[in-house]
Amino acid sequence: MAELKGWKDIPIGGLVVEPGSAKKYQTGTWRVLRPIFQSENCINCMFCWLYCPDQSIVVELVDGKPKMKGFDYYSCKGCGLCANVCPKNIDPKTKQPVADEKKAIIMKPETDFVEE
Amino acid sequence: MPLKQAITGAEAVAYAMKQINPDVVAAYPITPQTPVVEYFAKYVADGVVDTEMIPVESEHSAMSAVVGAAASGARAFTATASVGLALMHEVVFIAASLRLPIVMAVANRALSGPINIHCDHSDAMAERDSGWIQLWAENAQEAYDFTVMAYRIAEHKDVRLPVMVNFDGFIISHGVEVVETLDDELIKNFVGKQEKIYPLLDTSNPVTYGSIDMYDYYFEHKRQQVEAMKHVPRVFKEIAEEFAKISGRKYDLVDEYMLDDAEYVMIALGSTAGTIKHTINELRKEGKKVGLLKPWMFRPFSKAEYQRLLTGRKAVVVLDRSASFGAEAPLYQSVKSTIYEVASKPQMGSYVYGLGGRDIAPHHIRQAFEDAFSGNLIVDEERYLGLRE
Amino acid sequence: MPLSAIDLAKQFYDKNPGITPGHRLCPGCAAPTIVKIALMTAIANGYEPVVALATGCLEVSTTIYPYSAWNVPYIHNAFENVSATISGVETAFKAAKKRGEIPADKKLAFFAFGGDGGTYDIGLQSLSGAVERGHKFIYIVYDNEGYMNTGNQRSGSTPTGSDTTTAPVGKKMSGKVQLKKNIVEIMAAHENVYVATVALTDTFDFMKKIEKALAFDGPSFIAAHSACVRFWRVADDQAVETSKLAVETLYWPLYEVERGVYRVTKKIKDPKPVSEYIKSQGRFSAMLKRPDAQEIIDELQQYVTARYERLLALEEATKDKPVRGPWSKKDVQTDEHAM
Repeated sequence: MAELKGWKDIPIGGLVVEPGSAKKYQTGTWRVLRPIFQSENCINCMFCWLYCPDQSIVVELVDGKPKMKGFDYYSCKGCGLCANVCPKNIDPKTKQPVADEKKAIIMKPETDFVEE
Repeated sequence: MPLKQAITGAEAVAYAMKQINPDVVAAYPITPQTPVVEYFAKYVADGVVDTEMIPVESEHSAMSAVVGAAASGARAFTATASVGLALMHEVVFIAASLRLPIVMAVANRALSGPINIHCDHSDAMAERDSGWIQLWAENAQEAYDFTVMAYRIAEHKDVRLPVMVNFDGFIISHGVEVVETLDDELIKNFVGKQEKIYPLLDTSNPVTYGSIDMYDYYFEHKRQQVEAMKHVPRVFKEIAEEFAKISGRKYDLVDEYMLDDAEYVMIALGSTAGTIKHTINELRKEGKKVGLLKPWMFRPFSKAEYQRLLTGRKAVVVLDRSASFGAEAPLYQSVKSTIYEVASKPQMGSYVYGLGGRDIAPHHIRQAFEDAFSGNLIVDEERYLGLRE
Repeated sequence: MPLSAIDLAKQFYDKNPGITPGHRLCPGCAAPTIVKIALMTAIANGYEPVVALATGCLEVSTTIYPYSAWNVPYIHNAFENVSATISGVETAFKAAKKRGEIPADKKLAFFAFGGDGGTYDIGLQSLSGAVERGHKFIYIVYDNEGYMNTGNQRSGSTPTGSDTTTAPVGKKMSGKVQLKKNIVEIMAAHENVYVATVALTDTFDFMKKIEKALAFDGPSFIAAHSACVRFWRVADDQAVETSKLAVETLYWPLYEVERGVYRVTKKIKDPKPVSEYIKSQGRFSAMLKRPDAQEIIDELQQYVTARYERLLALEEATKDKPVRGPWSKKDVQTDEHAM
């Protein structure tokens, strides 16, 4: 939380005059599971980007085409919807999840990343 | 050239709004406000104004729509009365909190229940802490003049608060009086163009209206509202001064009638002031030093003004057209609390009258004055005029 | 034509379309994606969105002062009045255009978002009034079937057998006993309106309907299936799966009604039993433990099947038979700016 301002130093009416200021607010700390991007398996279908409720999928244009680059962990809440909608995570024939190493997105507990 | 017209108070308000030609009017009919909306709807239908009118499905939506319109930068107007105002209640507060310069005419009428369509002030009094500026008209002329002045006060950069123009239901709204209206061009120039602050429709500077404001900032925003109200008396005086130049009619925070040497002062809002003035004329003939202090503005309540005018008087009698059940009547309460700080305290008496449109006659007013003359006032006692025991 | 996910990403990969990250909706909530898809569609079609919200999860979570997750004009007024509020905004736009304060070619798209509480229940009058008056706006209900913002209370949209805090499953009561209110039919009963249902599982269908709403000469109402992962008691990653099952079991038929003409936009050949939908969510588990569970499921099954058959019959019966044509320019109140 930024430093709190006095009543003379804020706009009237409770108005927020800085558009999209919520971007400064870190929701990544909420994460219990962390999505891990395995780029070698990604087909850049952009489903994860389309569905992500927190716009935490990092995309860049390469030769005019959108490429999945990973996650913005500052905002990502770790819901796992990206992994759920990823077509590479499901075997098209059996409709069953594929082995982790074949997935484009896997979810891992945040505790795995805690530095000792 | 000023024009003298025999019109009702409702038409006077609508006529002022015609001259102002606001961007958006949203309203729902309710007795006795209905003719205001009817007259205005006809102006729209005839193309006399180019206002966009929203015939909403309730008063709640009327206030909601004008909030949306005013936030968008439009000059917005609505009118209501009684339970219609009560239905708006939630959004009345929101309008003030969002600092929107809305103008609303209220044809004051008793609140239910039992349902009653006639005049008293319980509707506006229920909104006295909503953050709106409240102006109170004695007659159709004042209703017209206040409507003309209202946007200038509301839109002033030091104020940015909504204004409620109160005029007694039926007595003013439906009574025909001679009203002197000013030229269209004069009104147009006087009202001028609104300086828009954070208009919602400015898509290049997107603003969030109505955020959720918790314990860390809500208090600061309320403090800003307190501050804005502090500026109102000064701004009102400035605008009244300007208005006097074009109309010859001089307004102030309070109207003083025979007050200079008065030993006994009566205080009342709205149309009853006319009856009081008449009674004062009679009592003066009998050598009684009586006078009237009529608040033109009830919110903000300008303490210093009352203290200056009331100190040293023998007695102050306050007439309220609404009750505050279990406490003192609202106008009396406000006046009494200002007296606490004056050097020479007058005797005080509280009289509730006219609820649900009950007539108030000169003999009622005389009765209250007589109590004051004989020293028969009890500061903590509420008395009733025109009530059958 | 709606854009593919790839084409949308091309256009919006470095932009936040109306709503930004940093909002505080629960992880996996369907609502922000519904907003994002609707606003992206509007922007991709050349409109600048203006957003009004009813009080609710989406509202409180996106605008916690001094932060706002909106980078487009946004207004929240109260719970029950988002439609009246957007009426005022849209009318102010008309007035400003008429008076030359805003360029005549400026294209704004007015969106009102409400939860089911703000739509089915407390906001219904305001919504009906605004649609009847013909304001040009798109109302989207993110329907999570209960008062989730205040902790899972029963609404008019809560389905039969669901366990809520104000209609809990108890020893005697089986949770909510009434059927969910059919808001789509209520809204379709207004004249000159475009009404549709959407679900996250079919974003193409969703965007197509938003495009139709944008082009429609009058108000539109879109009901969006919006999983509340928290109180539907499903895993955080299930918002899309749940909507898929809702569509496949006929629980949430995808259709539209345009001036009285019905069209089922996604035909389901072999619907899955509705019990699959019910059993996939924890909000029904208390009811499922009751002896009358099968009865409740059977009744619901009968209802969704009959409703779907009725929709197909209505599609057939109303084909090319609009109740009335588009309003003439003369009598419509808000026709001056086709959106």
